[in-house]
Amino acid sequence: MALYGSVVVVLVLLAITAPVALAFGFAGASAARAQFAPLRWLGKAYIAIVRGVPDIAFFLFFVIALDQGIEYLRHKALCPGWDMPIRQGNDFVVCQAAKMPLGNAPQWVHETYGFALAVLTFSIVFGAFAANVLFGAMRAVPHAQLETAAAYGMTRRQTYWRVLVPQMWVYALPGLSNLWMVLIKATPLLFLLGVEDIVYWARELGGSKTPRFTDYPHGDWRMWYFLGLLVFYLIFTRVSEKVLDRLMDRLTTGQATTGGEARRRAA
Amino acid sequence: MSCLQTIQDYGLRAVGIGERLLPRDNFTLCEQFTLIGSGMIWNIYFGVVALVTGFFFATLLGVGKAQSSLWLRKPAEWFIFVFRGSPLFIQFFFGYFLFLTLKSQYDFFDPFTAAWLGALIVLFCNTAAYSGEIFYGALQSIPKGDVEAADAYGLTGWTRFKRVIWPTMLRLAWPAYTNEAIFLFHATTLVFFTGFPAWQQRGDALYYASYFADKTFNPFIPYPILAGYFILLTICVIAAFGAVNARLNRHLPQANRRKIRLRPNLIR
Repeated sequence: MALYGSVVVVLVLLAITAPVALAFGFAGASAARAQFAPLRWLGKAYIAIVRGVPDIAFFLFFVIALDQGIEYLRHKALCPGWDMPIRQGNDFVVCQAAKMPLGNAPQWVHETYGFALAVLTFSIVFGAFAANVLFGAMRAVPHAQLETAAAYGMTRRQTYWRVLVPQMWVYALPGLSNLWMVLIKATPLLFLLGVEDIVYWARELGGSKTPRFTDYPHGDWRMWYFLGLLVFYLIFTRVSEKVLDRLMDRLTTGQATTGGEARRRAA
Repeated sequence: MSCLQTIQDYGLRAVGIGERLLPRDNFTLCEQFTLIGSGMIWNIYFGVVALVTGFFFATLLGVGKAQSSLWLRKPAEWFIFVFRGSPLFIQFFFGYFLFLTLKSQYDFFDPFTAAWLGALIVLFCNTAAYSGEIFYGALQSIPKGDVEAADAYGLTGWTRFKRVIWPTMLRLAWPAYTNEAIFLFHATTLVFFTGFPAWQQRGDALYYASYFADKTFNPFIPYPILAGYFILLTICVIAAFGAVNARLNRHLPQANRRKIRLRPNLIR
Protein backbone atom coordinates (compact mmCIF):
# COMPACT_ATOMS: atom_id res chain seq x y z
CA MET A 1 0.00 0.00 0.00
CA ALA A 2 2.73 2.43 1.02
CA LEU A 3 4.47 1.89 -2.29
CA TYR A 4 1.42 3.06 -4.20
CA GLY A 5 1.15 6.04 -1.90
CA SER A 6 4.73 6.96 -2.60
CA VAL A 7 4.12 6.81 -6.35
CA VAL A 8 1.44 9.44 -5.73
CA VAL A 9 4.00 11.44 -3.75
CA VAL A 10 6.33 11.40 -6.74
CA LEU A 11 3.56 12.45 -9.11
CA VAL A 12 2.47 15.25 -6.78
CA LEU A 13 6.06 16.42 -6.55
CA LEU A 14 6.27 16.57 -10.35
CA ALA A 15 2.91 18.32 -10.61
CA ILE A 16 3.90 21.02 -8.11
CA THR A 17 7.55 21.40 -9.05
CA ALA A 18 7.13 21.78 -12.80
CA PRO A 19 5.01 24.96 -12.73
CA VAL A 20 6.86 26.46 -9.78
CA ALA A 21 10.24 25.83 -11.40
CA LEU A 22 8.91 27.32 -14.61
CA ALA A 23 7.81 30.42 -12.70
CA PHE A 24 11.24 30.66 -11.04
CA GLY A 25 12.88 30.23 -14.40
CA PHE A 26 10.69 32.87 -15.98
CA ALA A 27 11.47 35.32 -13.20
CA GLY A 28 15.18 34.53 -13.49
CA ALA A 29 15.25 34.94 -17.25
CA SER A 30 13.29 38.18 -17.05
CA ALA A 31 15.64 39.47 -14.37
CA ALA A 32 18.66 38.56 -16.50
CA ARG A 33 17.24 40.76 -19.25
CA ALA A 34 16.36 43.66 -16.99
CA GLN A 35 17.70 47.15 -17.60
CA PHE A 36 18.27 47.78 -13.92
CA ALA A 37 21.81 46.48 -13.42
CA PRO A 38 21.65 44.86 -9.93
CA LEU A 39 18.52 42.96 -10.94
CA ARG A 40 20.28 41.79 -14.08
CA TRP A 41 23.28 40.62 -12.07
CA LEU A 42 20.97 38.76 -9.73
CA GLY A 43 19.33 36.97 -12.65
CA LYS A 44 22.65 36.11 -14.28
CA ALA A 45 24.14 34.91 -11.01
CA TYR A 46 21.11 32.69 -10.41
CA ILE A 47 21.56 31.11 -13.83
CA ALA A 48 25.31 30.77 -13.47
CA ILE A 49 25.42 29.34 -9.96
CA VAL A 50 24.22 25.87 -10.82
CA ARG A 51 26.89 25.30 -13.44
CA GLY A 52 30.03 23.44 -12.50
CA VAL A 53 28.73 21.95 -9.29
CA PRO A 54 27.11 18.52 -8.92
CA ASP A 55 23.40 19.04 -8.54
CA ILE A 56 23.07 16.50 -5.80
CA ALA A 57 25.35 18.65 -3.64
CA PHE A 58 22.85 21.43 -4.17
CA PHE A 59 20.04 19.19 -3.06
CA LEU A 60 21.82 18.29 0.13
CA PHE A 61 22.93 21.87 0.71
CA PHE A 62 19.66 23.69 0.11
CA VAL A 63 17.57 21.56 2.40
CA ILE A 64 19.73 22.22 5.44
CA ALA A 65 20.34 25.83 4.47
CA LEU A 66 16.65 26.54 3.97
CA ASP A 67 15.70 24.76 7.15
CA GLN A 68 18.22 26.70 9.20
CA GLY A 69 17.35 29.97 7.48
CA ILE A 70 13.67 29.59 8.34
CA GLU A 71 14.44 28.65 11.93
CA TYR A 72 16.85 31.56 12.23
CA LEU A 73 14.24 34.06 11.05
CA ARG A 74 11.56 32.63 13.35
CA HIS A 75 14.04 32.71 16.17
CA LYS A 76 14.71 36.39 15.60
CA ALA A 77 11.01 37.16 15.45
CA LEU A 78 9.68 34.97 18.26
CA CYS A 79 12.41 34.98 20.90
CA PRO A 80 13.73 38.51 21.27
CA GLY A 81 15.03 37.88 24.77
CA TRP A 82 17.42 35.07 23.80
CA ASP A 83 20.97 35.93 24.78
CA MET A 84 22.92 32.80 23.78
CA PRO A 85 24.61 32.66 20.39
CA ILE A 86 22.83 30.54 17.81
CA ARG A 87 25.94 28.81 16.54
CA GLN A 88 27.55 27.16 19.53
CA GLY A 89 30.55 25.49 18.03
CA ASN A 90 29.11 22.59 16.14
CA ASP A 91 25.53 23.06 17.26
CA PHE A 92 22.73 25.07 15.79
CA VAL A 93 20.54 26.15 18.69
CA VAL A 94 17.31 28.08 18.49
CA CYS A 95 14.62 28.51 21.13
CA GLN A 96 11.82 25.95 21.39
CA ALA A 97 9.15 28.22 19.95
CA ALA A 98 11.21 28.77 16.82
CA LYS A 99 11.60 25.10 15.97
CA MET A 100 10.16 24.34 12.58
CA PRO A 101 7.92 22.42 12.69
CA LEU A 102 7.14 22.68 16.39
CA GLY A 103 8.46 19.83 18.46
CA ASN A 104 4.98 18.82 19.61
CA ALA A 105 3.43 18.92 16.13
CA PRO A 106 1.85 15.71 14.85
CA GLN A 107 3.72 13.41 12.54
CA TRP A 108 1.99 14.46 9.34
CA VAL A 109 3.11 18.07 9.85
CA HIS A 110 6.72 16.90 9.96
CA GLU A 111 6.27 14.88 6.80
CA THR A 112 4.51 17.67 4.95
CA TYR A 113 7.15 20.15 6.01
CA GLY A 114 9.91 17.88 4.73
CA PHE A 115 8.05 17.41 1.49
CA ALA A 116 7.54 21.17 1.10
CA LEU A 117 11.25 21.77 1.64
CA ALA A 118 12.02 19.16 -0.99
CA VAL A 119 9.64 20.78 -3.47
CA LEU A 120 11.20 24.18 -2.83
CA THR A 121 14.69 22.78 -3.34
CA PHE A 122 13.71 21.08 -6.58
CA SER A 123 12.06 24.27 -7.76
CA ILE A 124 15.10 26.42 -7.02
CA VAL A 125 17.53 24.09 -8.78
CA PHE A 126 15.31 23.37 -11.76
CA GLY A 127 14.24 27.01 -11.88
CA ALA A 128 17.86 27.89 -12.61
CA PHE A 129 17.97 25.40 -15.49
CA ALA A 130 14.64 26.66 -16.80
CA ALA A 131 15.87 30.25 -16.52
CA ASN A 132 18.81 29.35 -18.70
CA VAL A 133 16.57 27.75 -21.32
CA LEU A 134 14.11 30.64 -21.35
CA PHE A 135 16.90 33.21 -21.47
CA GLY A 136 18.25 31.52 -24.59
CA ALA A 137 14.75 31.27 -26.07
CA MET A 138 14.15 34.98 -25.55
CA ARG A 139 17.30 35.75 -27.46
CA ALA A 140 16.29 33.37 -30.25
CA VAL A 141 13.14 35.28 -31.12
CA PRO A 142 13.98 37.05 -34.42
CA HIS A 143 15.08 40.58 -33.74
CA ALA A 144 12.96 41.89 -36.62
CA GLN A 145 9.86 40.96 -34.65
CA LEU A 146 10.91 43.20 -31.79
CA GLU A 147 11.89 46.01 -34.12
CA THR A 148 8.53 45.81 -35.82
CA ALA A 149 6.85 46.05 -32.44
CA ALA A 150 8.94 49.13 -31.64
CA ALA A 151 8.04 50.62 -35.02
CA TYR A 152 4.38 50.26 -34.13
CA GLY A 153 5.06 52.42 -31.11
CA MET A 154 4.87 49.72 -28.43
CA THR A 155 6.69 50.42 -25.20
CA ARG A 156 9.36 48.04 -23.97
CA ARG A 157 6.92 46.45 -21.58
CA GLN A 158 4.29 45.96 -24.26
CA THR A 159 6.84 44.48 -26.66
CA TYR A 160 7.97 42.09 -23.98
CA TRP A 161 4.54 40.80 -23.01
CA ARG A 162 2.78 40.90 -26.37
CA VAL A 163 5.51 39.94 -28.82
CA LEU A 164 8.48 38.36 -27.11
CA VAL A 165 6.82 36.12 -24.53
CA PRO A 166 4.21 34.52 -26.84
CA GLN A 167 6.85 33.76 -29.45
CA MET A 168 9.60 32.44 -27.24
CA TRP A 169 7.81 29.22 -26.20
CA VAL A 170 8.45 27.43 -29.44
CA TYR A 171 12.18 28.08 -29.06
CA ALA A 172 12.08 27.10 -25.43
CA LEU A 173 10.15 23.88 -25.87
CA PRO A 174 13.00 21.54 -26.87
CA GLY A 175 15.01 22.71 -23.86
CA LEU A 176 12.04 22.56 -21.55
CA SER A 177 11.03 19.08 -22.64
CA ASN A 178 14.59 17.95 -22.03
CA LEU A 179 14.31 19.53 -18.60
CA TRP A 180 11.05 17.69 -17.93
CA MET A 181 12.77 14.38 -18.71
CA VAL A 182 15.56 15.27 -16.34
CA LEU A 183 13.06 16.28 -13.68
CA ILE A 184 11.38 12.90 -13.96
CA LYS A 185 14.72 11.21 -13.61
CA ALA A 186 15.65 13.40 -10.64
CA THR A 187 12.66 12.36 -8.53
CA PRO A 188 14.44 9.41 -6.88
CA LEU A 189 16.69 12.00 -5.23
CA LEU A 190 13.74 12.72 -2.95
CA PHE A 191 15.02 9.74 -1.05
CA LEU A 192 18.17 11.67 -0.17
CA LEU A 193 16.08 14.52 1.16
CA GLY A 194 14.51 12.23 3.71
CA VAL A 195 11.09 11.94 2.10
CA GLU A 196 9.64 8.44 2.23
CA ASP A 197 9.38 8.00 -1.52
CA ILE A 198 9.36 4.98 -3.80
CA VAL A 199 13.05 4.25 -3.32
CA TYR A 200 12.55 4.15 0.43
CA TRP A 201 9.57 1.81 0.22
CA ALA A 202 11.18 -0.39 -2.40
CA ARG A 203 14.05 -0.92 0.02
CA GLU A 204 11.77 -1.46 2.99
CA LEU A 205 9.28 -3.79 1.37
CA GLY A 206 11.82 -5.65 -0.71
CA GLY A 207 14.05 -6.64 2.20
CA SER A 208 13.89 -10.14 3.61
CA LYS A 209 10.82 -10.84 5.68
CA THR A 210 10.66 -13.62 8.19
CA PRO A 211 7.36 -15.37 9.00
CA ARG A 212 7.54 -14.05 12.56
CA PHE A 213 6.75 -10.48 11.61
CA THR A 214 4.59 -10.74 8.55
CA ASP A 215 1.97 -12.87 6.89
CA TYR A 216 3.88 -12.86 3.61
CA PRO A 217 7.42 -14.04 4.24
CA HIS A 218 9.82 -13.80 1.34
CA GLY A 219 13.52 -13.55 0.63
CA ASP A 220 15.44 -10.55 -0.60
CA TRP A 221 13.23 -9.14 -3.33
CA ARG A 222 14.78 -5.71 -3.52
CA MET A 223 16.25 -6.48 -6.92
CA TRP A 224 12.77 -7.08 -8.34
CA TYR A 225 11.34 -4.00 -6.72
CA PHE A 226 14.05 -1.87 -8.28
CA LEU A 227 13.55 -3.57 -11.61
CA GLY A 228 9.92 -2.52 -11.32
CA LEU A 229 10.96 1.06 -10.60
CA LEU A 230 13.31 0.98 -13.59
CA VAL A 231 10.46 -0.10 -15.85
CA PHE A 232 8.14 2.47 -14.29
CA TYR A 233 10.56 5.26 -15.13
CA LEU A 234 11.21 3.92 -18.62
CA ILE A 235 7.50 3.91 -19.42
CA PHE A 236 7.08 7.34 -17.89
CA THR A 237 9.85 8.92 -19.97
CA ARG A 238 8.65 7.14 -23.11
CA VAL A 239 5.12 8.47 -22.76
CA SER A 240 6.36 11.99 -22.00
CA GLU A 241 8.54 11.88 -25.08
CA LYS A 242 5.57 11.04 -27.29
CA VAL A 243 3.35 13.72 -25.75
CA LEU A 244 6.03 16.40 -26.04
CA ASP A 245 6.65 15.52 -29.68
CA ARG A 246 2.95 16.07 -30.34
CA LEU A 247 3.04 19.38 -28.53
CA MET A 248 6.08 20.52 -30.50
CA ASP A 249 4.25 19.69 -33.72
CA ARG A 250 1.29 21.74 -32.59
CA LEU A 251 3.39 24.72 -31.57
CA THR A 252 5.62 24.90 -34.64
CA THR A 253 2.62 25.28 -36.91
CA GLY A 254 2.65 28.77 -38.38
CA GLN A 255 5.99 29.81 -36.88
CA ALA A 256 8.78 31.37 -38.89
CA THR A 257 11.15 28.45 -38.28
CA THR A 258 12.31 25.49 -40.34
CA GLY A 259 9.94 23.27 -38.36
CA GLY A 260 7.02 25.52 -39.15
CA GLU A 261 8.04 25.69 -42.79
CA ALA A 262 8.16 21.91 -42.98
CA ARG A 263 4.66 21.71 -41.49
CA ARG A 264 3.42 24.24 -44.03
CA ARG A 265 4.92 22.28 -46.91
CA ALA A 266 3.48 19.04 -45.64
CA ALA A 267 -0.01 20.48 -45.32
CA MET B 1 47.90 19.40 15.25
CA SER B 2 49.44 21.21 12.34
CA CYS B 3 47.91 21.22 8.94
CA LEU B 4 50.80 19.29 7.43
CA GLN B 5 50.23 16.55 9.98
CA THR B 6 46.55 16.45 9.05
CA ILE B 7 47.39 16.07 5.39
CA GLN B 8 49.74 13.19 6.24
CA ASP B 9 47.04 11.51 8.33
CA TYR B 10 44.05 12.01 6.11
CA GLY B 11 45.37 12.82 2.65
CA LEU B 12 44.92 9.23 1.45
CA ARG B 13 42.19 8.28 3.94
CA ALA B 14 39.73 7.58 1.14
CA VAL B 15 41.84 4.66 -0.09
CA GLY B 16 42.49 3.40 3.41
CA ILE B 17 45.97 4.78 4.06
CA GLY B 18 46.57 6.82 7.19
CA GLU B 19 44.55 7.42 10.33
CA ARG B 20 41.73 4.92 10.88
CA LEU B 21 39.31 7.11 12.78
CA LEU B 22 37.74 10.10 11.16
CA PRO B 23 37.95 13.31 13.18
CA ARG B 24 35.01 13.46 15.57
CA ASP B 25 34.84 16.98 16.92
CA ASN B 26 36.52 20.36 16.75
CA PHE B 27 36.77 20.10 13.02
CA THR B 28 39.33 22.42 11.55
CA LEU B 29 39.08 23.90 8.11
CA CYS B 30 42.24 22.01 7.18
CA GLU B 31 40.68 18.67 8.11
CA GLN B 32 37.64 19.38 5.97
CA PHE B 33 39.76 20.41 2.99
CA THR B 34 42.00 17.36 3.31
CA LEU B 35 39.31 14.74 3.77
CA ILE B 36 37.02 16.03 1.06
CA GLY B 37 40.03 16.32 -1.20
CA SER B 38 41.04 12.75 -0.46
CA GLY B 39 37.50 11.68 -1.31
CA MET B 40 38.01 13.23 -4.73
CA ILE B 41 40.34 10.30 -5.47
CA TRP B 42 37.27 8.11 -5.81
CA ASN B 43 35.42 10.59 -7.99
CA ILE B 44 38.39 10.85 -10.31
CA TYR B 45 38.88 7.08 -10.36
CA PHE B 46 35.24 6.36 -11.23
CA GLY B 47 35.10 9.14 -13.79
CA VAL B 48 38.35 8.38 -15.60
CA VAL B 49 37.98 4.59 -15.74
CA ALA B 50 34.32 4.74 -16.79
CA LEU B 51 35.10 7.33 -19.45
CA VAL B 52 38.04 5.49 -20.96
CA THR B 53 36.38 2.09 -21.07
CA GLY B 54 32.99 3.55 -21.92
CA PHE B 55 34.42 5.38 -24.89
CA PHE B 56 35.08 2.17 -26.84
CA PHE B 57 31.73 0.64 -26.03
CA ALA B 58 30.04 3.94 -26.93
CA THR B 59 31.68 3.89 -30.35
CA LEU B 60 30.35 0.38 -30.87
CA LEU B 61 26.88 1.43 -29.75
CA GLY B 62 26.86 4.53 -31.93
CA VAL B 63 27.97 2.60 -35.00
CA GLY B 64 25.58 -0.22 -34.15
CA LYS B 65 22.61 2.12 -33.89
CA ALA B 66 23.45 3.59 -37.29
CA GLN B 67 23.42 0.17 -39.00
CA SER B 68 20.56 -0.88 -41.23
CA SER B 69 20.67 -4.49 -40.05
CA LEU B 70 17.96 -5.06 -37.45
CA TRP B 71 20.07 -7.52 -35.47
CA LEU B 72 22.71 -4.88 -34.84
CA ARG B 73 20.45 -1.88 -34.53
CA LYS B 74 17.80 -3.09 -32.11
CA PRO B 75 20.13 -4.19 -29.29
CA ALA B 76 22.04 -0.91 -29.50
CA GLU B 77 18.82 1.10 -29.54
CA TRP B 78 17.42 -0.76 -26.56
CA PHE B 79 20.61 -0.50 -24.55
CA ILE B 80 20.71 3.24 -25.12
CA PHE B 81 17.02 3.64 -24.35
CA VAL B 82 17.16 1.69 -21.11
CA PHE B 83 20.15 3.55 -19.70
CA ARG B 84 19.10 6.99 -20.90
CA GLY B 85 15.45 6.61 -20.03
CA SER B 86 15.81 5.66 -16.39
CA PRO B 87 17.39 7.54 -13.51
CA LEU B 88 21.02 6.74 -12.77
CA PHE B 89 20.04 6.63 -9.11
CA ILE B 90 17.67 3.72 -9.70
CA GLN B 91 20.28 2.05 -11.91
CA PHE B 92 22.76 2.12 -9.05
CA PHE B 93 20.24 0.59 -6.66
CA PHE B 94 19.19 -2.04 -9.14
CA GLY B 95 22.78 -2.88 -9.99
CA TYR B 96 23.72 -3.22 -6.35
CA PHE B 97 20.85 -5.51 -5.46
CA LEU B 98 21.33 -7.49 -8.64
CA PHE B 99 24.94 -8.16 -7.71
CA LEU B 100 23.89 -8.89 -4.14
CA THR B 101 21.45 -11.53 -5.34
CA LEU B 102 23.99 -13.02 -7.72
CA LYS B 103 26.56 -13.06 -4.96
CA SER B 104 24.40 -15.27 -2.79
CA GLN B 105 24.28 -17.77 -5.65
CA TYR B 106 27.82 -17.63 -7.01
CA ASP B 107 30.98 -16.66 -5.18
CA PHE B 108 32.35 -15.20 -8.39
CA PHE B 109 30.28 -12.06 -7.91
CA ASP B 110 31.84 -11.26 -4.56
CA PRO B 111 33.81 -8.16 -5.65
CA PHE B 112 30.87 -6.84 -7.67
CA THR B 113 29.02 -5.65 -4.58
CA ALA B 114 31.92 -3.38 -3.65
CA ALA B 115 31.73 0.13 -5.01
CA TRP B 116 35.03 0.01 -6.88
CA LEU B 117 33.75 -2.60 -9.32
CA GLY B 118 29.96 -2.67 -9.09
CA ALA B 119 29.41 1.07 -9.28
CA LEU B 120 32.02 1.27 -11.99
CA ILE B 121 30.07 -1.17 -14.15
CA VAL B 122 26.87 0.83 -13.75
CA LEU B 123 28.69 4.07 -14.56
CA PHE B 124 30.35 2.38 -17.54
CA CYS B 125 27.03 1.27 -19.02
CA ASN B 126 25.48 4.64 -18.31
CA THR B 127 28.17 6.75 -19.92
CA ALA B 128 28.42 4.31 -22.85
CA ALA B 129 24.70 4.79 -23.51
CA TYR B 130 24.82 8.57 -23.30
CA SER B 131 27.98 8.89 -25.41
CA GLY B 132 26.69 6.26 -27.83
CA GLU B 133 23.72 8.49 -28.53
CA ILE B 134 26.07 11.46 -29.04
CA PHE B 135 28.23 9.45 -31.44
CA TYR B 136 25.15 8.24 -33.28
CA GLY B 137 24.03 11.84 -33.77
CA ALA B 138 27.49 12.77 -35.02
CA LEU B 139 27.50 9.83 -37.45
CA GLN B 140 24.23 11.09 -38.88
CA SER B 141 25.66 14.56 -39.47
CA ILE B 142 28.89 13.59 -41.23
CA PRO B 143 28.91 15.63 -44.46
CA LYS B 144 27.85 13.49 -47.40
CA GLY B 145 30.73 14.88 -49.47
CA ASP B 146 33.33 13.45 -47.06
CA VAL B 147 32.02 9.92 -47.45
CA GLU B 148 31.65 10.30 -51.21
CA ALA B 149 35.23 11.56 -51.45
CA ALA B 150 36.41 8.50 -49.51
CA ASP B 151 34.48 6.28 -51.91
CA ALA B 152 36.02 8.08 -54.86
CA TYR B 153 39.49 7.34 -53.50
CA GLY B 154 38.58 3.69 -53.38
CA LEU B 155 38.55 3.45 -49.60
CA THR B 156 36.24 0.76 -48.32
CA GLY B 157 35.25 -1.03 -45.16
CA TRP B 158 37.58 -0.73 -42.22
CA THR B 159 40.01 1.69 -43.88
CA ARG B 160 37.22 4.06 -44.78
CA PHE B 161 35.88 3.91 -41.23
CA LYS B 162 39.29 4.42 -39.63
CA ARG B 163 40.54 7.18 -41.92
CA VAL B 164 37.41 9.20 -42.68
CA ILE B 165 34.26 8.33 -40.77
CA TRP B 166 35.63 7.81 -37.28
CA PRO B 167 37.78 10.99 -37.10
CA THR B 168 34.95 13.10 -38.50
CA MET B 169 32.50 11.54 -36.08
CA LEU B 170 34.79 12.30 -33.16
CA ARG B 171 35.35 15.86 -34.34
CA LEU B 172 31.63 16.53 -34.64
CA ALA B 173 30.78 14.82 -31.38
CA TRP B 174 33.59 16.23 -29.28
CA PRO B 175 31.93 19.37 -27.85
CA ALA B 176 28.93 17.35 -26.72
CA TYR B 177 31.18 14.57 -25.48
CA THR B 178 33.07 17.06 -23.32
CA ASN B 179 29.86 17.98 -21.58
CA GLU B 180 29.08 14.32 -21.14
CA ALA B 181 32.45 13.81 -19.47
CA ILE B 182 31.89 16.71 -17.08
CA PHE B 183 28.52 15.43 -16.00
CA LEU B 184 29.81 11.93 -15.65
CA PHE B 185 32.22 13.26 -13.05
CA HIS B 186 29.33 14.98 -11.32
CA ALA B 187 27.34 11.77 -11.42
CA THR B 188 30.09 9.90 -9.58
CA THR B 189 28.98 11.67 -6.40
CA LEU B 190 25.86 9.50 -6.36
CA VAL B 191 27.74 6.25 -5.83
CA PHE B 192 27.93 6.15 -2.05
CA PHE B 193 24.43 7.52 -1.61
CA THR B 194 22.89 4.49 -3.20
CA GLY B 195 23.22 0.94 -2.05
CA PHE B 196 26.97 0.71 -2.36
CA PRO B 197 28.48 0.77 1.12
CA ALA B 198 31.49 2.89 1.94
CA TRP B 199 33.62 0.20 3.47
CA GLN B 200 35.59 1.43 6.52
CA GLN B 201 34.33 4.93 5.76
CA ARG B 202 36.31 5.12 2.58
CA GLY B 203 33.98 7.32 0.62
CA ASP B 204 34.04 9.89 -2.10
CA ALA B 205 34.11 13.67 -1.73
CA LEU B 206 30.39 14.08 -1.21
CA TYR B 207 30.39 11.29 1.36
CA TYR B 208 32.88 13.19 3.50
CA ALA B 209 31.20 16.53 2.83
CA SER B 210 27.87 15.22 4.08
CA TYR B 211 29.68 13.58 7.00
CA PHE B 212 30.94 17.00 8.07
CA ALA B 213 27.58 18.63 7.39
CA ASP B 214 25.86 16.01 9.55
CA LYS B 215 28.32 16.40 12.39
CA THR B 216 28.49 20.18 12.43
CA PHE B 217 24.94 21.02 11.29
CA ASN B 218 26.67 23.60 9.17
CA PRO B 219 26.38 23.05 5.42
CA PHE B 220 28.03 26.35 4.58
CA ILE B 221 31.60 25.08 4.88
CA PRO B 222 31.85 21.50 3.51
CA TYR B 223 29.57 21.95 0.48
CA PRO B 224 31.31 25.06 -0.85
CA ILE B 225 34.63 23.22 -0.41
CA LEU B 226 33.20 20.35 -2.42
CA ALA B 227 31.92 22.78 -5.02
CA GLY B 228 35.37 24.34 -5.26
CA TYR B 229 37.00 20.96 -5.83
CA PHE B 230 34.48 20.13 -8.53
CA ILE B 231 34.97 23.44 -10.29
CA LEU B 232 38.71 22.71 -10.34
CA LEU B 233 38.04 19.23 -11.72
CA THR B 234 35.71 20.66 -14.36
CA ILE B 235 38.40 23.12 -15.44
CA CYS B 236 40.92 20.26 -15.76
CA VAL B 237 38.47 18.20 -17.83
CA ILE B 238 37.78 21.14 -20.11
CA ALA B 239 41.52 21.74 -20.55
CA ALA B 240 42.23 18.10 -21.41
CA PHE B 241 39.29 17.76 -23.78
CA GLY B 242 40.06 21.15 -25.31
CA ALA B 243 43.54 19.90 -26.22
CA VAL B 244 42.03 16.86 -27.94
CA ASN B 245 39.52 19.09 -29.65
CA ALA B 246 42.29 21.31 -31.00
CA ARG B 247 44.03 18.23 -32.39
CA LEU B 248 40.87 16.88 -34.01
CA ASN B 249 40.28 20.26 -35.64
CA ARG B 250 43.85 20.97 -36.66
CA HIS B 251 43.26 20.62 -40.41
CA LEU B 252 40.43 23.15 -40.46
CA PRO B 253 40.78 26.90 -40.97
CA GLN B 254 40.53 28.83 -37.73
CA ALA B 255 37.04 30.15 -38.40
CA ASN B 256 35.45 26.75 -38.99
CA ARG B 257 36.64 25.13 -35.79
CA ARG B 258 34.02 23.92 -33.43
CA LYS B 259 34.44 25.40 -30.02
CA ILE B 260 33.59 23.62 -26.84
CA ARG B 261 30.76 25.40 -25.08
CA LEU B 262 29.96 24.40 -21.57
CA ARG B 263 26.25 23.84 -21.44
CA PRO B 264 24.57 23.63 -18.11
CA ASN B 265 23.40 20.12 -17.83
CA LEU B 266 21.68 18.17 -15.39
CA ILE B 267 21.20 15.19 -13.31
CA ARG B 268 20.63 12.03 -15.13
